[in-house]
Amino acid sequence: MTTHDDQGSTAHSPAILTVAGLSAHINGQQVVEQVDLEVPATGVTALLGRNGVGKTSTIKAIMGLIERSGTVTLAGQETEGLPTYKVARLGVGYVPEDREVFAGLTVAENLKIAERAGGGHHYDLVYDLFPELYERADQAAGTLSGGQQQMVALARALLNDNKVLLVDEPTKGLAPRLVSDVTAALAKAAELVPVLLVEQNLTVVRDVAQGAVVLSGGRTVHTGGALALLRDPETTQRYLGVSTGGAANPKEADA
Amino acid sequence: MSTVILLFATGLGLGAIYFLVASGLSLIYGLMGVLNFAHGVFLSLGAFLGWEVAQMIGSNTWAGFATSLVVGALAGAVFAAVTERFIVQRLYNRHIEQVLVTVGLALAAVALFDGIWGTDPEFIRGPQWLAQTTNIAGASIPNDVFVTISAALAVLLSIVLFLKKTRFGMVIRAGVENRSMVMALGIDVRTAFTLVFTIGGAAAGLGGVLASHYFGYVSPLLGQTLLLYAFIVTVIGGLGSLLGAAIASVLVALMQQFANFYLDGTGDFAVVVLLALVLLTKPSGLLGRRQV
Ligand SMILES: Nc1ncnc2c1ncn2[C@@H]1O[C@H](COP(=O)(O)OP(=O)(O)O)[C@@H](O)[C@H]1O
Ligand SMILES: [Mg+2]
Repeated sequence: MTTHDDQGSTAHSPAILTVAGLSAHINGQQVVEQVDLEVPATGVTALLGRNGVGKTSTIKAIMGLIERSGTVTLAGQETEGLPTYKVARLGVGYVPEDREVFAGLTVAENLKIAERAGGGHHYDLVYDLFPELYERADQAAGTLSGGQQQMVALARALLNDNKVLLVDEPTKGLAPRLVSDVTAALAKAAELVPVLLVEQNLTVVRDVAQGAVVLSGGRTVHTGGALALLRDPETTQRYLGVSTGGAANPKEADA
Repeated sequence: MSTVILLFATGLGLGAIYFLVASGLSLIYGLMGVLNFAHGVFLSLGAFLGWEVAQMIGSNTWAGFATSLVVGALAGAVFAAVTERFIVQRLYNRHIEQVLVTVGLALAAVALFDGIWGTDPEFIRGPQWLAQTTNIAGASIPNDVFVTISAALAVLLSIVLFLKKTRFGMVIRAGVENRSMVMALGIDVRTAFTLVFTIGGAAAGLGGVLASHYFGYVSPLLGQTLLLYAFIVTVIGGLGSLLGAAIASVLVALMQQFANFYLDGTGDFAVVVLLALVLLTKPSGLLGRRQV
């Protein structure tokens, strides 16, 4: 059963990305069963749920990286059967879980390879957000710290004009100071382009997200506003496994 | 001492030939995850067509020799590009089928070469100078060894420059690491697949012409024989690593030469021992990255 509340902005602005009846398989094993979600044309929509519920798989299925069925509509265009590179060219920036920077390429090359034809490349924006990347342009990306690699991964997505960003656990494994840096960058990015954000750190969710979609067992089980969700101890306890105690201090609950 | 120098020089020459085959194999496996069993027939075709053209122009002329190098490389490149585009790519991401189809193609091509050129080795010759020797510190080094080594060095340098300095090269390097992420950045990685096959095929075709001078003959099985060593070289060097392939080529060839001479013809055995040692101590190869 899917619960729904209308206290967030989710339902009110037109969607840039609509996923309906999505199921997906990896090596013949079903990893997504029935996901429905909408990403509005502005702001951050959080994709939440416990470990292993299918958040990453949902993102990969949207990118066409794993076998899928169901509809994925981007800016009015159905993407069924499109190879991954064509999905990306429609204007999707992908920031994968575990960053996936090219370790043997320099920072500059990691950005250069992300340059898509037929549009401007926003090096100003990227270097403004992450000045470190400019200083370390000639360093092999594999020798960067986890936080710096995350900046590269985000920068690759921000370099192009995108219609939506899919960002998968950008703060995973980062030190607290870097978490706030990345959060700030996300907030800034979200002023320019809508974001679908997978995030386990509920403080980050509260800081940047407006909408929230909750998955459980490969299915959408809740859709609504992010703040409303974090203030709902029953739902958060049930689907996120944390008690947010009326959102008093989600940080403590972020195990 | 002069024997050591001779073995060293001819070992380097053999290593150069291994490298010309292994460089393509390694890049293809690294980028696409395909063990290309058809790589040897790219080499054989290059050797045969190179020899045909050399005879037309004059097999003992430098013009004939130079043209045969170009034709051999072109033949290998075209054969490889067509193989990738029309056979391997049709089986996109179905690795077992891709490998099987290259095995089938290799068998079919060898049979075809048998039909056209016969099963017996055909002994060949080039310009007079190639068959002569140059004295280095008392050792008489066959001159074709110098040509072979220079050609392999030129190929190594060209591929390195291509990989480092061009956007295609960057895409190939990135794709060897993580193909999905390259696609997720909006890049049609299939172009890079065709390209590495073409480059690998050109190197193998060139290697075919040089190998036929090094061994003194062409035969339908020339490529398949060398392919076996090239696979070993590729594994020892680290699948996907061009530099690893270069180092391992020289290592394997030198071991073979010295063991054959000093240890009673046990060159092939020594190579297998080396392979086993590398697999036991560093399964990813000398310069290989851990497979994701
Ligand atoms: N490569 C894979 N092969 C088989 N099952 C997988 C693979 N990757 C993930 N899964 C399974 O798919 C389910 C969803 O995983 P995932 O999408 O990574 O979850 P989340 O991102 O929400 O933690 C899990 O049960 C996981 O075990
Ligand atoms: Mg995940």
